[in-house]
Amino acid sequence: MAEKTIGVFDSAAGGKSVVKKVTPFLYLLPAFIIMGVITFYPMGYQVWMSFTDYGIKNIRVDAPLPDFVGLKNYINILTTNLGLSSFNFWRTLAFNLWWTFSNVIFHVVFGIIIAVALNTEGLWFKRLYRVIYIIPIIIPQIIIANVFRNFFDPDYGALNQGMQLVGALFHLPPEMFHIRWIAQLDYPFPNIPLTLSYFALLITNIWLGWPFMTIIATGALQSIPKELFEAAEIDGATGWQKFWRITLPLIRPAMVPAAVYGIVVTFNLFTLIFFLSAGGPLRQTEILLTVAFRLVNEQRAYGVAAAFSIYVFLILLGLTLLTNYISKATESYDA
Amino acid sequence: MHNQPSNFLTRATHLLTRNSGAGRKLSLLQQLGLQLFLGLIAFTVLYPMLWIFSLSLNPVNDIRPKELVLIPEGASFNAYLEVLKQPTPNPVSFSQLAYNSFRLSFTTAVASVLIGVFAAYAFSRLRFAGRQVLMVTVLTVLMLPAIATLPALFVLLNKVTFGAGKELFNLRNSLLGVGVAVLSGLLPFAIWNLKGYLDTIPKELEEAALIDGCTPNQAFFLVTLPLALPALAVTGFLGFMSTWSEFAISWQFLTKPEDFTLTMALYGMVGQFAGNTPWSKFAAFAILVALPVSLIYLYLQKYIVSGLALGGVKG
Repeated sequence: MAEKTIGVFDSAAGGKSVVKKVTPFLYLLPAFIIMGVITFYPMGYQVWMSFTDYGIKNIRVDAPLPDFVGLKNYINILTTNLGLSSFNFWRTLAFNLWWTFSNVIFHVVFGIIIAVALNTEGLWFKRLYRVIYIIPIIIPQIIIANVFRNFFDPDYGALNQGMQLVGALFHLPPEMFHIRWIAQLDYPFPNIPLTLSYFALLITNIWLGWPFMTIIATGALQSIPKELFEAAEIDGATGWQKFWRITLPLIRPAMVPAAVYGIVVTFNLFTLIFFLSAGGPLRQTEILLTVAFRLVNEQRAYGVAAAFSIYVFLILLGLTLLTNYISKATESYDA
Repeated sequence: MHNQPSNFLTRATHLLTRNSGAGRKLSLLQQLGLQLFLGLIAFTVLYPMLWIFSLSLNPVNDIRPKELVLIPEGASFNAYLEVLKQPTPNPVSFSQLAYNSFRLSFTTAVASVLIGVFAAYAFSRLRFAGRQVLMVTVLTVLMLPAIATLPALFVLLNKVTFGAGKELFNLRNSLLGVGVAVLSGLLPFAIWNLKGYLDTIPKELEEAALIDGCTPNQAFFLVTLPLALPALAVTGFLGFMSTWSEFAISWQFLTKPEDFTLTMALYGMVGQFAGNTPWSKFAAFAILVALPVSLIYLYLQKYIVSGLALGGVKG
């Protein structure tokens, strides 16, 4: 057994090489037939749709085929000629990217800090903390988004009310904490074009996102041999040095793929934004997917929506390849 | 034992720390600092959750909460009772909505796992021409969010109709149609996730079965598949959970209130459609929707996290 590894289908089947060749495809057949009908065909159809003026007039069974319009939809999207007020493709794309990276950085940094604190030897109540910290992961996101929508309410929300209570301890008037988290249009930092609703979304998504990174980091931390730290201590390393020289390099192989996963998820975080800020005020917190949904659901411009989705696909593909390239490039550093 | 607090504290410290193995003991100051930090984090996690629980106890005639209290004055479970009867102005009961959500989620989850496991096995164990290309294909589809294929699925399913007049059945405007659209995204997920799990089951078990005279198909059905049952359950549950909280497709497809799902009703209780829905009703509804799946998730959590690490990340 040591030298000669037997391939699964090599030994028993013997000479029946045709069976050997066909079997894998028999296993693949059910999934690929179904995906062919309900996934690949619609995707191909959508590419065709994106070159037409497919609209509400074409959706009936006996309706005429839409007209071919060439690249018109694609051009109209880039030149912001869609009939969506206050929408600008480039601004939305820039916001979408900024939204993604600003969130994931917080997730990873908080995730690692909390994991390190939680894995301190001799810490009390470890198990209790672990149970509490899992809460944001196990509750459906759509519920979180709706709960936080009310949480940020200027009059009745728990955030403003809570801050008013704390403020009262320092004799601060309650009006100071009547913050219009979702609706306020003025930028809180005059030079930074981000509305308060962005910060409300950021707070919510940090609340949602760090526990996943903590779990990944905890798994990686627990696989670091204790001897490394003991040796470093003997050599007189400080806690800070141990963190930067041992902990961080050794958990990085686990954190990088988790961060890549986080980037893709956050880029597509439709539910949170749709329910919490609804892209508002004035589409300032709209991301590509919420716009894509509006094009279908409100504008009923199916051809334009198809073209928009193809942009989303290409951007996602680029983002995935880029993050994969970067994470592969940093891998060689480990050797 | 009773009357000496400092003595008690040392004993408690000893009890709590004795299992931590060798290594440097934390000083009391460090311990308290960490407790303060982690306790504060725990508070930020719990605060919105406790708030929504306290809201759900509010009397229903109180439209909005005026102040922060854990147990409100006149606390009752009336909001739960009202929500169970009829959550939204639509004449649909909670049980009808829950039944719709459940059969949609259950059917798509089971279908995705049953169909997906064969493809996952082929990708995990068999070597064949075009394996890489097909795997990349599945991964590419997986990357694409459901909303990005919504335009085509909507117009295509809308063209599938049977009958006429009052008896007209339009696949788009039915839970079955939503199920088809949901499955289109769930199947690649199931294949990929299950492949990750199957990769961790040792090949040697199958090889031993082959040496004992099993055919390759028997090796799959009698050896690998039973071992993969927990993985099937976890993957199925993740699919169930994602469909249970699905909103965009159902909202786009369905127009008949008797087909509505829980998340669609939830949208009717917040935002622009909320009107004067008391927050106690919203809170009770949110808890009723989230609690069952969250508890199952909590129970399965250990397996799910390792599954994500394997299936999602290792590739």
